[in-house]
Amino acid sequence: MDAMLHITTLHYLVLGAALFLLGVIGVLTRRNVVIVLMSIELILNAVNLNLVAFSRYWQGIHGPNALHGQVFAIFVITDAAAEAAVGLGILIAFFRNKETVNVDEVNLLKW
Amino acid sequence: MLFLDHIWLIPLFPAVGAALMFFFGRKLQKATVSTVCVGSVVLAFLMACGAVWQYTNWAPANDNKPYQTILYTWLGTDTGHLNFQKSDGSPAPLQADAGFLLDPLSSIWLLFVTGVGMLIHIYSTGYMAHEGGYYRFFGYLNLFMFSMLTLILANNYVLMFVGWEGVGLCSYLLIGFYFHRKSASDAANKAFIVNRIGDAGFLLGMFFIAWYMGSLRFVDVTAAARSGAFHIGDPIITAATLLLFVGACGKSAQLPLYVWLPDAMEGPTPVSALIHAATMVTAGVYMVARSNALFVLAPKSMLVVAIVGALTAIFAASIGLVQNDIKRVLAYSTVSQLGYMFLALGVGAFSAGVFHVFTHAFFKALLFLGAGSVIHAMSGEQDMRNMGDLSGKIPVTFRTMFIATLAIAGIPGLAGFFSKDEILWQAWKFSPYLWAIGFATALMTAFYMFRLIYLTFWSPSRVASHEVEHHIHESPKSMTVPLVILAFFSLTVGYLGVPPSLGGSNHFEKFLEPVFANAQEKEAPPTGESGPGLTEYLLMGLSVAAAGAGWLLASRAYGNAGKGYTEPIAAAAPPVYRTLLNKYYVDEGYDYVFTGRRKVGEVRLGVMGAGEASSWFDSHVIDGAVNAAGWITRFTATFSSGWDKWIIDGLFVNGIAYATQPFSYLARLFEWGLVQWYALVMTAGLVGFVFYYVYH
Repeated sequence: MDAMLHITTLHYLVLGAALFLLGVIGVLTRRNVVIVLMSIELILNAVNLNLVAFSRYWQGIHGPNALHGQVFAIFVITDAAAEAAVGLGILIAFFRNKETVNVDEVNLLKW
Repeated sequence: MLFLDHIWLIPLFPAVGAALMFFFGRKLQKATVSTVCVGSVVLAFLMACGAVWQYTNWAPANDNKPYQTILYTWLGTDTGHLNFQKSDGSPAPLQADAGFLLDPLSSIWLLFVTGVGMLIHIYSTGYMAHEGGYYRFFGYLNLFMFSMLTLILANNYVLMFVGWEGVGLCSYLLIGFYFHRKSASDAANKAFIVNRIGDAGFLLGMFFIAWYMGSLRFVDVTAAARSGAFHIGDPIITAATLLLFVGACGKSAQLPLYVWLPDAMEGPTPVSALIHAATMVTAGVYMVARSNALFVLAPKSMLVVAIVGALTAIFAASIGLVQNDIKRVLAYSTVSQLGYMFLALGVGAFSAGVFHVFTHAFFKALLFLGAGSVIHAMSGEQDMRNMGDLSGKIPVTFRTMFIATLAIAGIPGLAGFFSKDEILWQAWKFSPYLWAIGFATALMTAFYMFRLIYLTFWSPSRVASHEVEHHIHESPKSMTVPLVILAFFSLTVGYLGVPPSLGGSNHFEKFLEPVFANAQEKEAPPTGESGPGLTEYLLMGLSVAAAGAGWLLASRAYGNAGKGYTEPIAAAAPPVYRTLLNKYYVDEGYDYVFTGRRKVGEVRLGVMGAGEASSWFDSHVIDGAVNAAGWITRFTATFSSGWDKWIIDGLFVNGIAYATQPFSYLARLFEWGLVQWYALVMTAGLVGFVFYYVYH
């Protein structure tokens, strides 16, 4: 029971991989830009989960000061916030011109 | 010394006359014009007589040197600021005086120019009485007298040249007096232009003298030439004298520049008499005689002068044999006689040449004035073929002209005999060949002069119309009196120069002795004959025989010349006759060679031809080369531009682009614009990489 309840790094990695997969599928399949952006957040958070899991793993080997992964996760969160802001800004500008938020209708930039 | 001191008045009188005619002539009565213009020349004549008389008194006391008076420096300065470099490097002042020189030589010219000029002025009042432009005519005549007197009295070459050009101008104006006639204006142009050639020679000769001698004053040049500083045959002096002689050839109508004088007969007859027979055309003789000290230093030039003179004499005389225009016969006679004068100068017999100038002035002026009188009587007819039997109708004209003919033909006792015989004798002493030419010329002279007399006065009348026949009348007193006076002089002036061989003492030669001092020494070496030799008498006899033979031949040929008579020369040798009648085709030759008025087919010869040829060369060869260079440049430019456009731009720049373009179609298939597809490709690639690295 205890062993069953014991959560290892592998669990986190599997969860992260599942989340990442969900995010990728969301990005590739959903037409609404807002949901695409949300899917990107999912991908980023899957990565964050990995980083934190490995940080925890490293703390077990090198002591409580091995916090690199956590610091890195905070960078990624910051980055995600900035990315969401820019992405939503572009989305609003785009919507003003095309009155749509469907990503498959954004196809002018080509040869 | 009244006259001698005021010698400058002599040319001034006619100058004033000319100026009055120029400014006021149009408004003046004919009588006033006559009074002013004839009066001015009469005054000049009186002044001239007085001056010469005073000079003959003054000279013996002054070593027989020339009388020179300098009024002021006319050209340049006498302060020495305007120097030029002489041939030896020393500086000499460039200056010419308004100065006058009277010596025996200029005295002679002065006397006959003013004397004959005066008579011709008087004659002209009758001859020109019915002509338009009366004042203009007399204005020109006075201007001519002024120029001629300047020429004669000048004390330096430059002032002489002023007179020289002045008489040339007046000659031009008077030949073209009937300017409405094309032939007259053409003749005037011809005279002026041909004289330019001679004048160029005179100018160059003058420059040579100035450069070599350092002065242009006659006294200085003569003194320098006689100082012994220059050797005989000096090349510079030879060149200078030859150039001076070119000038003389132009003015005195010698070969090859004589062509203007026969055409100058287009002018009124008194002009022909004054300018183209008696005075102006002897200016060349005067100039050569004036430069005798130089010519003596240049034997080659002397030889050229003698040969040109002899050839001119016989050449012109032969043309004169067949001319039909009474004035043209006399014109060729003048050219021929001028040739005699140069022959004399050339053989060193300066005083003989001058003597012939002097006698010739009288009888030739008389002949021309007589011809004018004939033309006047014949209502303007000049062709001797339409005359005949005038001796009884115009007796004064006939008698005076007959005297002149005897004189020019060389009948003993008249003026021409003494002067011509002297020349022939001197020519014999120099070279028998020259004498032979002169002798043949004398024969021809007698023939053509008696031909003129027979055809005009003695043979049966061939007058064309009864109107003209009826109108024949003797000329007015104003014309006959000068004829008579000239006839008197033609009879007598010869006795001034009777040679020792005929018992005379040749006053004329003695009078001129100071001028030709060194020439005389050369001409008669001390070893020469002391008395008249047999040869001299023999030659004299031969020339008298020639004169008689000429008369006889003419009387045989033309004594009974009725209408449609034949010329003996034409009958004997038609080609010779045609050649002579056409004046040896010299004018045509000049037209071919110099004026360019005639072409051989399409080609113009001579100077104009050269001009045309070089023009053709310029427009075809030079311009052709220029155009060819242009065409070549244009072709290479076109080629270069095509290269740039098709090869550089087309093949390399655009060609690469076009070649690249097809690949871009392939490449851009990947650019379809849907973000999620890109993402899918990225994901697939990522998965591919992962699988590759994991399972590799």
